[in-house]
Amino acid sequence: MLDALTVAVAVTALALAAWCGHAAYRDQPTKDWHFIGMAVVSVLALAQLLVGIVQLARGERPDQGMTIFIAYLIGAFAAVPAAAFLSLSERTRWGSVTVAAGAVVLAVLEVRLYDIWGN
Amino acid sequence: MSDTERTKAPEDARPAGQVRQFELGSGPGRVLVWFYGVFTVAAASRSVVEMILDFEKAPLAYMLSALAAVVYGFITYSLVRGGEKARRAALMCCAAELAGVLVVGTWTLVEPSAFPDSTVWSGFGMGYLLIPVILPVTGMIWLRRARTP
Repeated sequence: MLDALTVAVAVTALALAAWCGHAAYRDQPTKDWHFIGMAVVSVLALAQLLVGIVQLARGERPDQGMTIFIAYLIGAFAAVPAAAFLSLSERTRWGSVTVAAGAVVLAVLEVRLYDIWGN
Repeated sequence: MSDTERTKAPEDARPAGQVRQFELGSGPGRVLVWFYGVFTVAAASRSVVEMILDFEKAPLAYMLSALAAVVYGFITYSLVRGGEKARRAALMCCAAELAGVLVVGTWTLVEPSAFPDSTVWSGFGMGYLLIPVILPVTGMIWLRRARTP
């Protein structure tokens, strides 16, 4: 898999987590700028999903099995949008905490994806 | 009871029941909804995939993962639903969840041979950054505080 893309998703996800964590610390809900940040991370995760599918189609195989790899790819793509959706209807600092938690989950999924693909 | 009667019942019951219909899934509860949602998906998809691929390898471990998924799913639903009944049900499930994590966690350490493959709760949820053991405790604290006076 494209290691550069995995690293990019993980790093931007952690940056998003820090940003939203900071908003929560200042007792603020997620704002438009935060949602743009979430969109950027989600687009990267979508790119990763597509690249992963293309590589599978080209006959490359992940070390730990295709099913698990696809499940994690979908999970990684869905994590931030799902958290963003929850924070939309929670206009307090806890909405920001939710997005920060979502971004951390995504970063963890990236590490797992790296292991699952192998080499 | 016929269907028409049943649809009427909630409206009649509402004034009394609605007064204390508080939300469990907002504020700090929103973060819990997120984590319980993630773990429902994680545990459910994990056990389904493992059962389909090779159930014979570690049936006990996969059944325990499936059980964990059911518990997580029920707590998520209760948090979203809100109200005193859901709060009590979720509280009991959190206690069951904590007991499950502790029992399975200890079991996997004492008798690793019973588990050829790991579960969500193996080693107190070590593979999941120990969140499985932190989550029920946080959940119970929140559910106790969310009680209406």
